[in-house]
Amino acid sequence: MTADTSIALNRFGLGARPDEAPPPQPRQWVLEQLGPAPTPAPASQEDSAALVQALAQQAEQLRQTPDPGEKMLLREAQRKAARQRYDAAVQARLLQALTTPTPVVERLVHFWANHFALSVEKPEVLALAGAFEAEAIRPHVLGRFEDMLLAVETHPAMLFYLDQAGSTGPGSPLARGAKRPRGLNENLAREILELHTLGVRTGYGQRDVTELARALTGQTVQGMGPGNPNRDLAGPGGGAWRAALHEPGPREVLGRSYADHGPQQSAAILRDLASSPDTARHLCTRLARHLVADTPQPALVDRMATAWMRSRGDLPTVYQALLTAPEAWEPGAPKFKTPWEWTTSSLRGLGLHAPGKLQAPNLLTQLGQPVWRPGSPAGYDDLAPRWAAPEALVRRVELAPRLAAQAQAGTDARQIAPLLLPGSLSDATAQAIARAESPTTALALLLVSPDFLRR
Amino acid sequence: MAQTSRRRFIAQGASLTGLLAWGTPQAAPTSAAADARFVFIIQRGAADGLHTLVPYGDPAYARLRGELAVPVEQATRLDSLFALHPALTQVATMYTQGEALLVHAVASPYRERSHFDGQNVLETGGSQPYQMRDGWLNRLLGLLPQRPRAIALAPTVPVALRGDSKVLSYAPSNLRAPPDDLLLRVQQLYRSDAQLDALWTTALQTRGMASSEVTKQDPASLGTLAASFLARDDGPRIAMLETEGWDTHSGQAGRMASQLKGLDALLGALRTGLGDTWARTTVLVATEFGRSAAANGTGGTDHGTGAVALLLGGRVQGGRVLADWPGLDTPALLDGRDLRPTLGLDALIARAAAESFGLDPERLGRQLFARGAVAQPLREPLLRG
Repeated sequence: MTADTSIALNRFGLGARPDEAPPPQPRQWVLEQLGPAPTPAPASQEDSAALVQALAQQAEQLRQTPDPGEKMLLREAQRKAARQRYDAAVQARLLQALTTPTPVVERLVHFWANHFALSVEKPEVLALAGAFEAEAIRPHVLGRFEDMLLAVETHPAMLFYLDQAGSTGPGSPLARGAKRPRGLNENLAREILELHTLGVRTGYGQRDVTELARALTGQTVQGMGPGNPNRDLAGPGGGAWRAALHEPGPREVLGRSYADHGPQQSAAILRDLASSPDTARHLCTRLARHLVADTPQPALVDRMATAWMRSRGDLPTVYQALLTAPEAWEPGAPKFKTPWEWTTSSLRGLGLHAPGKLQAPNLLTQLGQPVWRPGSPAGYDDLAPRWAAPEALVRRVELAPRLAAQAQAGTDARQIAPLLLPGSLSDATAQAIARAESPTTALALLLVSPDFLRR
Repeated sequence: MAQTSRRRFIAQGASLTGLLAWGTPQAAPTSAAADARFVFIIQRGAADGLHTLVPYGDPAYARLRGELAVPVEQATRLDSLFALHPALTQVATMYTQGEALLVHAVASPYRERSHFDGQNVLETGGSQPYQMRDGWLNRLLGLLPQRPRAIALAPTVPVALRGDSKVLSYAPSNLRAPPDDLLLRVQQLYRSDAQLDALWTTALQTRGMASSEVTKQDPASLGTLAASFLARDDGPRIAMLETEGWDTHSGQAGRMASQLKGLDALLGALRTGLGDTWARTTVLVATEFGRSAAANGTGGTDHGTGAVALLLGGRVQGGRVLADWPGLDTPALLDGRDLRPTLGLDALIARAAAESFGLDPERLGRQLFARGAVAQPLREPLLRG
């Protein structure tokens, strides 16, 4: 076994499993997973169309409860229901990470979900986060970036999260007839330009943000938000187009003019943003940073960006440019695992096929990376200083024995260590494991060893 | 139960390593500066200064904010122009007692409206995002002759504290402590790994100082926890705390009330917890930028420029508002939409940190910041000697 095996399984996959034979041709194993379609989302995931309907009913219930005390109790119950949906979705996400036949694709799902990050502070987002990943991210990770972008920016979870659902054109029919002032909210527009596509400091200005925000007005959620929903044009997954909110007229973004064709106006802008060289460079840098090194080699990013532009944002072509690059297969473990990566690789490494008694949401919160809750639309940092910190390290050491205790009796760290770190297990770690006082301590040591904390 | 085992972990960390042997008594402090404490509290998400220190006396305020305007009869009126948001009750008390200096229309050199770039400029002290790699608070640490330690009350070290000088970090945990045997073996294993060895050593040092009573993470507990470190004679002299949730694009009235209540509880707990040490403490509260002067269409405000900063503590020459008020008339607004900044945040930081530790403000400004503080230094004293 060569260093390639460890790189394929640990750097690009979600971590080796002791009960799976290592791939005889590691580079081939990685590329073959970029096949036609990603594995579907967990069957337990409710779709967002149904969830949005439930949310709209809940909002209606609240409106019809005048008593403040009752209202508070109702709101609490609704929040609890949303929390249960979130917990179930996080638990299902971890389960899928343990059992997936295509761990490289699963890693890409996690990467893109963090790129188009939600944060579940609002109850609507809490309820919809699992559906967002299943519907807007997962189906598109082996497709075109443009399709993922359009799915993301019209998904109810994103519309709630970045305040788009209520944004109203100042010259829209609704604003003109309204008693209280209604207007734009530019939150989503700004993050589309800054985080989702072009990247910050690429030459767009406040005017472009405002124009995109105007074009996006009308994009809302079925049965929710301001205005009469009776004439909504239903979109997929509970999204809706409500013409009464839309700012009429042509828009100009980054020097290009877009005629007012209702929802097609913002879609045309998003397509142009998706095909911009700035977007290509921004996204290729982020991908290379995730898969290769905190500071990726400029030549590698250049090659990926060229592949992006030539293939018009065909993601498998871009991944292939990275995965066939010599830089990607350099030995060593340059990436410090995030808490999510460390948890999934630990449970896989212990041979688990289900989280068992472990509550994934609490576990990840204790480790400092609650799932779908980075606290900002920039998502979680992909840089070592964010995770390689004193307190964060202690948390892993505290939790390692609890994870190790989940392993089947008889799991021997001395046997599995060379399987999990093929060709890359250090003598120091092997010795420490061999000298441990108990099997559980040995497993815990393996999980917090310098070799296993990095990929 | 968890607390008992936590103490055991601390004790074990000490006896295993002798790392806590730093407790050599220090020379008695000769002046306030030699024994000063400095706390930086960052408000992530662009806190709305116009909703914190309300310019109710500016005729344009009510028009711009509409329903979002803070009713002045509920706020604490400070003078004919400014009133303090009603949730800031402990800050109002500090103001009355001359321990709170409120600074308005202040901003870092950053003039775009990205949170993440804005926070990077605020924390690194660069004039451009990502121009500097380390944080100004870490550079300050390296410049102090006392060589004090600094601590981040967070599971990871924020950018302002990252850099060449080693810093501590701590966040309360309610996890069960691992067996001592594992800790010993982990320590041995990390000896051969420079990065992990340094992190582990720092982690054990910090745990030895933490108040074992605090395991909660609400604002008041965070203030108490920070105070438990800072009040010690052998503890850190500089601390950084993070607050989040200030990005109020919608539902701002309720959200700001609860955010400010949390901040107020944190500051109050910090003051109570510090006891006599409060007299030697300076607390700076600042955000990456302010918010749009006008309310937006969804009961909130969008990203803006000029903001509010607070300077609190026993040494602060408080009981006043420091502002060269630019006004909220449309022509006075920056880009026709934001409160125009008239005071440099880096100049404020440089002056506050310099006076706190007995250094020359202009020189420190040049050492900590890329440009701004030098461009327009603040000449007005902020602290008592």
